[in-house]
Amino acid sequence: MIDPSVFQLVCFYAFAAITVIAALSVVTLRNSVQAVLALVLTFFSTACIWMLAEAEFLAIALIVVYVGAVMVLFLFVVMMLDIDQEKLREGFMKYLPVGLFVAIAMLVEMLGLIGVRAMHAQTMGENPATAAGMSNTAWLGQALYTQYLLPFEVAALILTVGVIAAVALTLRHRAGTRKQQASEQVSVRASDRVRVIKMAAERPVESQPAPVQESKP
Amino acid sequence: MITLSHFIVLGAILFCISVAGLFINRKNVIVLLMAIELMLLAVNINFVAFSRFNHDVAGQVFVFFILTVAAAESAIGLAILVLLFRNRSTVNVTEIDSMKG
Repeated sequence: MIDPSVFQLVCFYAFAAITVIAALSVVTLRNSVQAVLALVLTFFSTACIWMLAEAEFLAIALIVVYVGAVMVLFLFVVMMLDIDQEKLREGFMKYLPVGLFVAIAMLVEMLGLIGVRAMHAQTMGENPATAAGMSNTAWLGQALYTQYLLPFEVAALILTVGVIAAVALTLRHRAGTRKQQASEQVSVRASDRVRVIKMAAERPVESQPAPVQESKP
Repeated sequence: MITLSHFIVLGAILFCISVAGLFINRKNVIVLLMAIELMLLAVNINFVAFSRFNHDVAGQVFVFFILTVAAAESAIGLAILVLLFRNRSTVNVTEIDSMKG
């Protein structure tokens, strides 16, 4: 029988490896559509890691909201735009050494700064939600709807502003297209459309000259 | 046994990958947006880990708000991208220099 904590650790390493490989392919893949799909994989395996940290609500929200909505939006846009991939790849090799150097230097500095060794002693302990006798969702929801109610409402406002901004930016009025205007249709009257004119029922045919006979050979 | 440093190191690695992505994909706006998403994800991993290890709900609430703002950000960013492509027929950052900044 395998020890549960060892099993957890193995799972963590597996998901972390998938996350890192997928993140690497996001920034290096040639095709933008493949890059978006790699980003989906990154989010998915990160959600698995959040499950290991017992943040179940956020893990599901990440999959449903992020993979389900935002990444699909990305995919739509990438597929809709006709992008010249080769031209955008110019300078990839030129900036690769700089990018690698900055990334590795940053990583070393970060790991030195946060003191990995000191945190290594800190173990997970008991789940705070379980200790309070609740599920993770109830634990999070209770804080969200009491202590953080105002920020929650502001977040809803931000989403509304985002929707309006996105629509306002992409809406366009093309000249020459005909659109239905319901208000005009409803308020129309018969006198606007049909004009009755008085005219004689018949008109005498004007006498025409007889057609000239074509001379036959 | 999973410790706090596992999560923090993973977050740091993801953050550095996205910084490198910003450097090497300087021309493609779409990949730049995706690198920013990766950065936010790295930060979120840290928040979740600290919330779990310090027994504090504030970290997970903050992740919730970050997800909200990131969704709004990417929606507006993609709208701007579509508008840009419609008007200039390119997503190349180096060609978008009409403001001479």
